[in-house]
Amino acid sequence: MHLLAQRIQDTYPAAFLSCTEWRGDVAVTVKREAVHEVAQFLHDDPGMLFDYIVHVSSVDWPDDEERFEVVWEFYSIRKRHRLRLKTRVPESDCIVDSLTDIWKGADFMEREVYDMMGIRFRNHPDLRRILMPDDYTEGYPLRKDFPLRGKGWRDTFDFLDEVPR
Amino acid sequence: MAFEDQRTTVYKVDPEHPESDTLPALRTEELLLNMGPQHPSTHGVLKVILELEGERLVKSTPVMGFLHRGVEKLAEEGTYHQFIPHTDRLDYVCAMYNNFAYCRAVEKLMNITVPERAEYLRTIVAEVQRIIGHQFWLGTQALDIGAMTVFFYCFRDREILLDWFDELCGARLTTSWYRIGGVERDLTPSLLAKLKQFLDYFPPKIDEYIIFLEKNRIWLARTKGVGVITAEDAVSFGLSGPTLRGSGVDYDLRKYEPYAAYPKCEFSVPVGKNGDTYDRYWIRVMELYESVKIIRQCLEQMQEGPVMADVPSVTLPPKERVFTNLEAMIQQFKLFSQGFNAPPGEIYCGTEAHKGELGFHIVSTGGGKPYRLKIRAPSFIHMGAFDYMSRGYMIADAITLFGTYDIVMGECDR
Repeated sequence: MHLLAQRIQDTYPAAFLSCTEWRGDVAVTVKREAVHEVAQFLHDDPGMLFDYIVHVSSVDWPDDEERFEVVWEFYSIRKRHRLRLKTRVPESDCIVDSLTDIWKGADFMEREVYDMMGIRFRNHPDLRRILMPDDYTEGYPLRKDFPLRGKGWRDTFDFLDEVPR
Repeated sequence: MAFEDQRTTVYKVDPEHPESDTLPALRTEELLLNMGPQHPSTHGVLKVILELEGERLVKSTPVMGFLHRGVEKLAEEGTYHQFIPHTDRLDYVCAMYNNFAYCRAVEKLMNITVPERAEYLRTIVAEVQRIIGHQFWLGTQALDIGAMTVFFYCFRDREILLDWFDELCGARLTTSWYRIGGVERDLTPSLLAKLKQFLDYFPPKIDEYIIFLEKNRIWLARTKGVGVITAEDAVSFGLSGPTLRGSGVDYDLRKYEPYAAYPKCEFSVPVGKNGDTYDRYWIRVMELYESVKIIRQCLEQMQEGPVMADVPSVTLPPKERVFTNLEAMIQQFKLFSQGFNAPPGEIYCGTEAHKGELGFHIVSTGGGKPYRLKIRAPSFIHMGAFDYMSRGYMIADAITLFGTYDIVMGECDR
């Protein structure tokens, strides 16, 4: 196992779920309840020093019991290493701790995840839609059950077989 | 009631008793101002709700998404090759770098090594694109602040490079020249000659841009000490590129995680001190010199060789073979209609575009289409710091701040 993942496992044995290393990327999956704690450790620990948040992303796995996966990518400018932190969120209780108090940049990134995938972030200062309109009620576009052609008023259009003359 | 909103109240002083104590104290309150989405200096369609106290910004809330086209959703429906033209439309000013960042991410996913000549060609064209991007930025930033002449000079030189792109790939802006595993075609002798000519022509022109601005009192007054952000805050906000380096952090992926031909070239990364708009301007201008240096070295070191990796299951066959050879035609047809079979896995690959770190996070479950593709767009993340950086400055400085991030809304909204 990678050294960084090993340290996380040693420090948080109860929260640590799995670790993958593929194409040089290290990814650690932890329990949802421990995300904030682990993130704080990643930010503060002198061996980790992940001071830079690269992005927050989310993946939808509709067939799984815990449907959504939230992905954080961290980089340490001082140590020059990279780590991906992941957690799973069930659809029935679609909420995870916000990391805005640790990295300020997490604000907009988490808002985007909320907008696109409908995952809420606890203690986020301003959790609103960011790319879609504020009054958009037709769901979350990047979920797998959202059709590519869109939902709502566009669905009411008639399809014409030929151009009317 | 039509005028319930008290913000439109007009204050009148009694003309007979101008200094009277009996007059009610002047009521002050914050003013709400919508800037955009049609404001010319928002570089596209961005709206910012400004809360003002007098002319000072108290809070600003960016409202984005006017240019949201669901590129990430579209990526899930097409093959990996088909997504390359979509990346052109992210940052439409600098399409080449988007192609580059995307192709690098897919190559990491597929574990493909790009031939050496292709790496050099990629570096050359990427640096040409960086020059175009910085020229565009300098011209529009100066125009927004009020120095119109610089705009004409920058766009005059940018036009030469756009014509060069036109000859290279047939398009000036939406280029799609990079391919997974290499590049679409080699440079012709005519293109090489034109590029060398430009490299001799260009450095004196950069001096010219600087002459316009370095002693311009308006430019200095409007950039020095405006939009200051400390190194610690800039890192915490996830800023990247010149916006971060202006605060004194030398984070540059070309040096930190070298890729393409950058490790074989000697160049320096300019770093600012004060973290203000002027430092960020200075870094971008200095990067123009560095780009010229990198292109020169690449042209010297470049050897003959193939420009496309030879992995028939993934990379496209050369065009001349497609039209003469049946197997190559079948290969091309299958790659475009079904795509290649990517292994299940997850990667992130960041590339130093001229705006900052442009990254692609790809989740694959096997098959020809990405299961999830997330774009880490520097413009979007820079806008996250806008509220923090604009507090306490004047309305006019908001324009300077849009410019200093070098935002392009196509990339910001995706």
